[in-house]
Amino acid sequence: MTSPRGQIDISGVTKRFRIKDRPLLALDQISLSVAPGEFVSIVGPSGCGKSTLLRLLAGLERADSGRLVKDGTEISGPSLDRGLVFQEPRLFPWLTVVQNITLGLQNQRMSRAERRRGVAEHIDLVGLAGFENAYPHQLSGGMAQRAAIARALVNRPEVLLLDEPFGALDALTRARLQGELQRIWAHEGITMLLVTHDVDEAVILGDRVVVMAPRPGRIARGVEVDLPHPRIRADDRLVRLRNDIILGLEADEASTNAQRPAAA
Amino acid sequence: MTDVAAPNGPRIAPSVHRGLVLPVALLAAWELSSRLGLADPRFLPPLEIIARSGWHEMMEGRLWGDLLASLRRDLSGFGLGATIGIALGTVLGLSRLADRILTPWFNGLKQIALVAWIPLISMWFGFDEAAKVVFVALAACIPVVLNTQEGVRAAPLPLIEVGRTLRFSRTQFLLRLHLPAALPSILTGLHLGLIYAWLATVGAEYFMAVGPGIGGLIIAGRERFDMPLVLLGILILGCIGFAIDRMAGWIEHRLIRWH
Ligand SMILES: Nc1ncnc2c1ncn2[C@@H]1O[C@H](COP(=O)(O)OP(=O)(O)O)[C@@H](O)[C@H]1O
Ligand SMILES: [Mg+2]
Repeated sequence: MTSPRGQIDISGVTKRFRIKDRPLLALDQISLSVAPGEFVSIVGPSGCGKSTLLRLLAGLERADSGRLVKDGTEISGPSLDRGLVFQEPRLFPWLTVVQNITLGLQNQRMSRAERRRGVAEHIDLVGLAGFENAYPHQLSGGMAQRAAIARALVNRPEVLLLDEPFGALDALTRARLQGELQRIWAHEGITMLLVTHDVDEAVILGDRVVVMAPRPGRIARGVEVDLPHPRIRADDRLVRLRNDIILGLEADEASTNAQRPAAA
Repeated sequence: MTDVAAPNGPRIAPSVHRGLVLPVALLAAWELSSRLGLADPRFLPPLEIIARSGWHEMMEGRLWGDLLASLRRDLSGFGLGATIGIALGTVLGLSRLADRILTPWFNGLKQIALVAWIPLISMWFGFDEAAKVVFVALAACIPVVLNTQEGVRAAPLPLIEVGRTLRFSRTQFLLRLHLPAALPSILTGLHLGLIYAWLATVGAEYFMAVGPGIGGLIIAGRERFDMPLVLLGILILGCIGFAIDRMAGWIEHRLIRWH
């Protein structure tokens, strides 16, 4: 039996940016391992490097030092076995839903019929049946984000990276899409890394919640969510976990602010 | 719609109705002044005489032949200029090296008034049809290059990143992203190119060897001091220019369905 794929190992990763000639330590010595099929949520205040971490994993950025490894191979650029969903749907406005999702498959070696079948399956998977020929400007925010998720999944990636995918949606749509994402994850059995600023979302979906802290961007702690899926929002243990995480984030913030005058 | 106008280029026309107010008012003033004897009919003949001249030219004169000759010249020049313009604009928009090498040249050359090219073009291509078409092509090419370059270069970074995560090849980037993203801009360039081509057609007919064409008709009228014929020619030029502009606007609107 082949071992399941989708293992991620990040060790000692540092990433710097320059803003107006001043160096900025976006990520400082990050280490994190994710098991195949695991769902990891990443939370933290804005600017702590969550997007940068996902972009490194997607291969859109290069680390200054440290290693990012997927299934034993160092990540050196984008690959179809790592899908990325951005905060905005980023659909091509001149293509319909079907055409946008098909974009994901154009570099996959398969027959026309297989391609059509793959796209149709994923349209069903994200609940967009009936909107195949709509243009992006005709879709609601929630539907556009479903299409973006389908485009990232249609390649059957082993790892799906999601960067605050529901951040711009209203509460109701967000709750519905969280449910769908949970179902998709169970169905596909792939590794998922979800960046979110919504702690509720993080604990409902994650097997584990990684909490990050800013200046410099680093991992503050990891919290196991040892509850069976699918989960119920009102579960006492979930609510307790959520409160702990929020208290921790507030404490991080207080200590960072206390350090700041000294550092400046 | 991205609306990158060429330097000093006309903006796309507003609604037809507003566009008609001024010409109609001018025609009315014209008719009134010649009827009331305010203007010398040798310089400003009444509209009726012009209409009669038009009828005459249509029935037994060379009007249709001239019109056809001008339109053919206009469209061949435009086709040539637009093809070169889109190709050159795409290269300039995509290749930073080409941009650095060619754009300063291009910007310098486009400062030269179009009619100043006529002697050079005449020396290279002679005085007849080929030279006129080349001149029209040059005029049409300039706004097409500028707008295509602008549009191709302006492909949104967020979509470029999507292309990278989906492992687009160079060709896929060009065909799936840069060209479609540039389409509104390219259409604006083509629209301006059509307007410029028509102006250049008239210019070529005025300044290069006399041949069939509306410009030739006007010059013939001048030589015979046939004022109605001259004014008829000018009215036709204006109407065709107007029709070309409206038609281009309509096609542009149709082609960009996703807006
Ligand atoms: N391309 C970039 N150039 C310069 N600075 C950047 C760039 N991308 C991110 N940063 C900076 O790095 C830090 C982390 O950014 P980011 O990863 O987007 O944080 P988060 O997603 O947690 O809000 C921020 O201070 C941000 O301003
Ligand atoms: Mg972010």
